[in-house]
Amino acid sequence: MDLNEKRNEGLPFSPEYFDHLNINRSAVERRAASLPGRRTVKKEYQAAWLLRAISCIDLTTLAGDDTAGNVQRLCAKALNPVRQDLLDALGFPALTVGAVCVYHNMIADARKALGHSGLPIAAVSTGFPAGKISLEQKLDEIRRSVEAGASEIDIVISRDLVINNQWEELYREVKLSREACGDAHMKTILATGEIPTLTKVAKASWVSMMAGSDFIKTSTGKESVNATLPVSLVMVRAIRDYYELTGTKIGYKPAGGIQKAKQALDFLILIKEELGNDWLNNQLFRFGASSLLGDIERQLEHYVTGRYSAGYRHAMA
Amino acid sequence: MEYGPAPESDKNAMEFLDKHRRSFGLYINGKWVSKKDTFPAVNPASGETLAQLAEASSEDVDAAVKAAQKALPEWVKAGRAERARYLYALARQVQKHSRLFAVLESLDNGKPIRETRDIDIPLVARHFYHHAGWAQLMDTELRDFKEIGVVGQIIPWNFPLLMLSWKIAPALAMGNTLVLKPAEQTSLTALLFAEICHNVGLPKGVVNIITGHGSVGAALANHPGIQKIAFTGSTEVGKIIRRDTAGSGKKLSLELGGKSPFIVFEDADLDSVVEGVVDAIWFNQGQVCCAGSRLLAQESIADRLYEKLKARLQKLVVGNPLDKGIDMGAVVSPEQLKTITSFVDKGKNEGSEVWQLENIPSGGCFFPPTLFLNVSPASVIVQEEIFGPVLVAMTFRSHQEAIKLANNTRYGLAASLWTENINLALDVAPKIKAGTVWINTTNVFDAASGFGGYRESGFGREGGLEGLMEYVKPRNEKAFAEKSFAFKVSGSTKTRGEALDRTPKMYIGGKQARPDSGYSLQVLNPAGQVAGEVGEGSRKDIRNAVEAAQAAGKWAENTGHARAQVIYYIAENLSARKKEFEERLTDACGYSAKDATLELSRSIDRIFTYAAYADKYDGRVHNTTSRNVTLAMNEPLGVLGIVCPEEFPLLGFVGTVIPAIAMGNNVVVIPSESAPLSATDFYQVLDTSDVPGGTVNIITGPKETLATELARHYDVEGIWYFGTQEGSKNVEMLSTDSMKRSWVNYGKHYDWLTNPLEKEFLRKACEVKNIWVPYGA
Repeated sequence: MDLNEKRNEGLPFSPEYFDHLNINRSAVERRAASLPGRRTVKKEYQAAWLLRAISCIDLTTLAGDDTAGNVQRLCAKALNPVRQDLLDALGFPALTVGAVCVYHNMIADARKALGHSGLPIAAVSTGFPAGKISLEQKLDEIRRSVEAGASEIDIVISRDLVINNQWEELYREVKLSREACGDAHMKTILATGEIPTLTKVAKASWVSMMAGSDFIKTSTGKESVNATLPVSLVMVRAIRDYYELTGTKIGYKPAGGIQKAKQALDFLILIKEELGNDWLNNQLFRFGASSLLGDIERQLEHYVTGRYSAGYRHAMA
Repeated sequence: MEYGPAPESDKNAMEFLDKHRRSFGLYINGKWVSKKDTFPAVNPASGETLAQLAEASSEDVDAAVKAAQKALPEWVKAGRAERARYLYALARQVQKHSRLFAVLESLDNGKPIRETRDIDIPLVARHFYHHAGWAQLMDTELRDFKEIGVVGQIIPWNFPLLMLSWKIAPALAMGNTLVLKPAEQTSLTALLFAEICHNVGLPKGVVNIITGHGSVGAALANHPGIQKIAFTGSTEVGKIIRRDTAGSGKKLSLELGGKSPFIVFEDADLDSVVEGVVDAIWFNQGQVCCAGSRLLAQESIADRLYEKLKARLQKLVVGNPLDKGIDMGAVVSPEQLKTITSFVDKGKNEGSEVWQLENIPSGGCFFPPTLFLNVSPASVIVQEEIFGPVLVAMTFRSHQEAIKLANNTRYGLAASLWTENINLALDVAPKIKAGTVWINTTNVFDAASGFGGYRESGFGREGGLEGLMEYVKPRNEKAFAEKSFAFKVSGSTKTRGEALDRTPKMYIGGKQARPDSGYSLQVLNPAGQVAGEVGEGSRKDIRNAVEAAQAAGKWAENTGHARAQVIYYIAENLSARKKEFEERLTDACGYSAKDATLELSRSIDRIFTYAAYADKYDGRVHNTTSRNVTLAMNEPLGVLGIVCPEEFPLLGFVGTVIPAIAMGNNVVVIPSESAPLSATDFYQVLDTSDVPGGTVNIITGPKETLATELARHYDVEGIWYFGTQEGSKNVEMLSTDSMKRSWVNYGKHYDWLTNPLEKEFLRKACEVKNIWVPYGA
């Protein structure tokens, strides 16, 4: 990740910035529900937005049966996400996704597959997805992943610390993780599906940012509820307030459950409305997704040809 | 990363207009009547003429009313199931043609397609569905009521089809027939609706739709053939209608203007508050009667909120109403644009800090979202309804001050409160003078919830059970009769010599008070002998009594149980002095002993009845469509003036005063002019029954003069008048200025002995306030 922006140096633990937060779920849901009705993109604008969406995808495989073989396929797809004839028709010479995202064990295979492309490898870490290992083990895992060639680390937080309001402990955990990351950029997964209230989501976002996260991320993809617009609204508003306070832009990554091009557009609209155009690129925004790309490819082919597309016409990951 | 244009096609709407050759007639008695006199329907975003509309003449109004009259008996006879089927069919038709309605509405009105598509039209369908249900249930749920007859309905331009549905659905469900006049700026969807009525086979004459300007509305309101007027529009026009119809006996519901407060407490979710403001004042170009147009922000968070609002303002998009990516379209007409502009200029001239969206389309009736900061209540833009996308903001220090600022207005339509503290929210909500209070939300509506105003925002409710009450009347039509139910009195009674001169006084603020005038009036018995003397009340006494009643706020805050205890105690003490009260009736009023005993026992029974109701006439929790609890609370009117009937000197007093105070009102009572002594005797009963001072105030004297003062008084919320037809008209006329809720007998006589409208007295003593409380952890 080649950030032009300065990296987040964090803040000392300062509960005064988040203690007062009170998120009203009904009001947040109303905003989230009305937003896709207030803004829309059509035709060439939509095609352009979808191309941008592809460039923001962390193309992901996080399964127990991952092998060198399917990771290699994933990497190939990451480097060539859209059929060349479609790109040509769109007048778009080259395009890759934002990164590939794999388990620690698969980093070496990904590295091999990506060669000198320079496409970042993101590794999920810290006992992903549940995070139920000791802090020492977590930090060790991060270091080993960085060593193995991951330039982005997606950590999970200890949800019990959020549930029990142990904010200072959470701060310490995230801060130590950030130190362990070194130059690698850190995305902090809140696992919002396991956080009982939106108010706690907002507070956990604040603590994660204060502790030096480069990105905050909704979910592992393994919880029963993953990235939603309401939860995103809460997290990106925290990002906005943090930016107003510190002048530092934190990235946002919704992950899990985003499978359709239309959903992706809704997320981009939300980012544009709440944070602004500065965030609409892969330095500050990522989708954690595996099947989203396929739907976007179909929509792009429809735009180019005027015909509804079929999945088999696009290379699989 | 720009959005680019995303226009909704107007093809089908244009085809609809073309099919009608861009020219529409009046829909009367199931037929289209074309007219030579026409006026254009104009798209305010482009200035383009969409069609020519017919200007109805007074003959057309007459024909429409006659058609509705003729259709009435069959429509009543059709019964619940058939009426329900028609309403259901209308709901289905609205849904089936939803996009055509949505596009046509947007073209005609200038509002964004998002709003007509996602808000207006779905609510219209919901309204017809909901009332199809009420039609079906009328015989069981409203068995004591029947249709009113022919209804005249006049609707505004801000929510053309939605307001049509609010008017037509309940009217039809309850078995009325109607004539509706849409606003001249926005008639097209009403005409499409007429076509749909035709297509579903609604019997001819049940729904008549006539177009035209204000004079058509006036002719409709003044037509002797209608029994009820439902009007939504400006306070100014609402007042004209009320004055014009004073004394006519026409039932009236008025939904008028507003300057609704939007109150933000320091613990609110500020980012959600910002979106709430967008939905409050930058919805429908701010042309919303209940728009949260006065922002009250707690001082501790005001600056932060203002910064967020200024930033949000610049992200709004004003543009082509048919574009799917805009927040605001065009205001309805060049006239409205001029009005808004002139208010904003005034605000600027007053030196208020102003923020406006920089980028808006040129040409067409577009006005930028506007925010005035740090205004004060003395400013014109804070007091007057602008009916445009203009928010005025000021701060408060405490919740007590917020309530005062919120209520510092002649209006009382709605309020929005933002806090995460349920204690605070439910403490403040009942203290705001407004028919609807939204907690942590705003501008949500549903057919199951009543909507309507306090104060000069009008009276009557639309939606919910309370809304149905506007379209029915009590089935028992003998409750009010031409002939008095009073006892025969004897002209040969003799006064008992009293041991000492007893001088009844006025009763104000829990104390006996001499009349300000210093004069007394003789009270004669039917034999012409002096039965006693009472003070001659004047406007000063009314002033003092109203002040005392307003100052005695505590009574309403008691629990229903506590009020019941006091009222039972009144019965107990009256019972103990039964003999004395009976003698007063025989001696001063020429009653037979038997009749005196009967009036006494009925009075005690009446007190028991309303004491019983004090903790039982409670509200409802409406089953509305969003995730919330909608509390429909019965609130007392406040200070209620009561002008007692001449007959039944005791029962007429008890039968009015007790239900009023049972609901928590404080009252100023003018007892029977000819027989006031039972009422003045009664204050000793009040004194011994723990009735707080100021709850009941009694002013004796010339009835009509005192009634006039009460009706004119700005600080009296309601008035009941039992007297002559002339007096009734006078009271209705004079009540108009402050939009008092009035209930008069039009010179008829109520059957006080049997009290057939027992519960009606409670309904008339209350307003229904709907409090919306969304929830979600």
